[in-house]
Amino acid sequence: MKPPRFDYVRVESIEQAVELLAQHGDEARVIAGGQSLMPMLNMRLVRPQVLIDIAKAAELSGIKANGKVVSIAAATTQNALLRWQGLRAHLPLLAQALPHIGHFQTRNRGTVGGSLCHADPSSELPLCLALLEGVVELRSRRGTRRLAARDFQVGVLTTAKQADELATRIHFPKAPEDAVFAFKEFHRRHGDFAVVALAAMRCENTVRLAVGGVGDRPEVRSWDGLQGSAIDDALNEFAWQLGGSDDIHATARYRREQVRHLGRLAIAETAP
Amino acid sequence: MNLLESNIRHLVRFTLNGAQVEGYAEPRLLLTDFLRHELGATGTHVGCEHGVCGACTILLDGRAVRSCLMLAVQAEGAAIETIEGLAHEDGGFSPLQQAFHENFALQCGYCTPGILMSMTEYLRDNPNPTKKEVRVALSGNLCRCTGYHEIVNAILDAAKALREEDGASS
Ligand code: FES
Ligand code: FES
Repeated sequence: MKPPRFDYVRVESIEQAVELLAQHGDEARVIAGGQSLMPMLNMRLVRPQVLIDIAKAAELSGIKANGKVVSIAAATTQNALLRWQGLRAHLPLLAQALPHIGHFQTRNRGTVGGSLCHADPSSELPLCLALLEGVVELRSRRGTRRLAARDFQVGVLTTAKQADELATRIHFPKAPEDAVFAFKEFHRRHGDFAVVALAAMRCENTVRLAVGGVGDRPEVRSWDGLQGSAIDDALNEFAWQLGGSDDIHATARYRREQVRHLGRLAIAETAP
Repeated sequence: MNLLESNIRHLVRFTLNGAQVEGYAEPRLLLTDFLRHELGATGTHVGCEHGVCGACTILLDGRAVRSCLMLAVQAEGAAIETIEGLAHEDGGFSPLQQAFHENFALQCGYCTPGILMSMTEYLRDNPNPTKKEVRVALSGNLCRCTGYHEIVNAILDAAKALREEDGASS
């Protein structure tokens, strides 16, 4: 349970990281907080030649709210975001969801960009990014591109980020004033991986619901004027469309039941 | 920007419980192993080596983190605190240690260093937690002996003692 050998570089800027990624491509891995990558290194599930440490690059941490968007530098820690004064006003969903990411000890190191790039189907930040239709900004020597949540996370632990690209900023739209949010998660013990996690947003007559932990990536649906038994029907249909499978934590059937159950609670919580 | 080669041991320096320390580490050396084997600070324990058990928790620049999920080379220049730094200078227990002692909050003691370091940060930020909040705060530290009741009681006692200490000094 010790990592394999690798060279290590601590970079001070985005430019340095991008340069190294251009040189080493597939052979390199970027480390920020390391809360997912270090276990994988310790278990030798990954064997990079070079580890590029971006945790100390000043331009990769910090939060800015401008206009209708909150931009979070990729290596900002989850706890730094949780302590950000604007969180409750601008990103109320994240204020609810962030405490569920691991434990406070892992949130002290774990980063916003790291969690999104790791792309675990049951993790909270990808779920919130999907519901809020956030954008991930990627930089490489070839240029900059911005990918919407659904184009960024493409499957289990898989994103559209190329080997020479670095995630630099995450853009979340600020919550509309009249929007109401709910976050629900089922886990065995606080801080464990979610068996099923759910985020809901109601804005005027529209309800949007995102589900994580069932499909290969977070899935989103939205409905207008949903009421009464139509809620149950919509949730049931959604649960079946997610196509979950059995694993040691839960059966697919149990997951569908959680989608229906937590979905009802979440939608009720956002009701006017 | 400086590339540290994989098969060479590099100089690493930081402060450990206030004292400047240094040692040598290959890039892949975990901070836990650096503390224990290179510096001889064996108070920090190693349980799972993948971030699950919390036995290896230390304070990095004042914040509780898993030292098994960090490389020694990443700690360059940091301020690190471990269990060895908790007691008073005369060797007397800190309020947290005293409360664990009085509440029988440890049996084998394997989990204890990680719990004490975690709770050092936690009680600093949350001086007056409820029992339920303490339970949630403890979720990142596994104990296979005590059943947690005594640990929760000890933390509530320590919080009270720290508040009184604080009240008396201000
Ligand atoms: S040894 Fe680090 S968390 Fe278990
Ligand atoms: S006292 Fe033995 S593991 Fe906690």
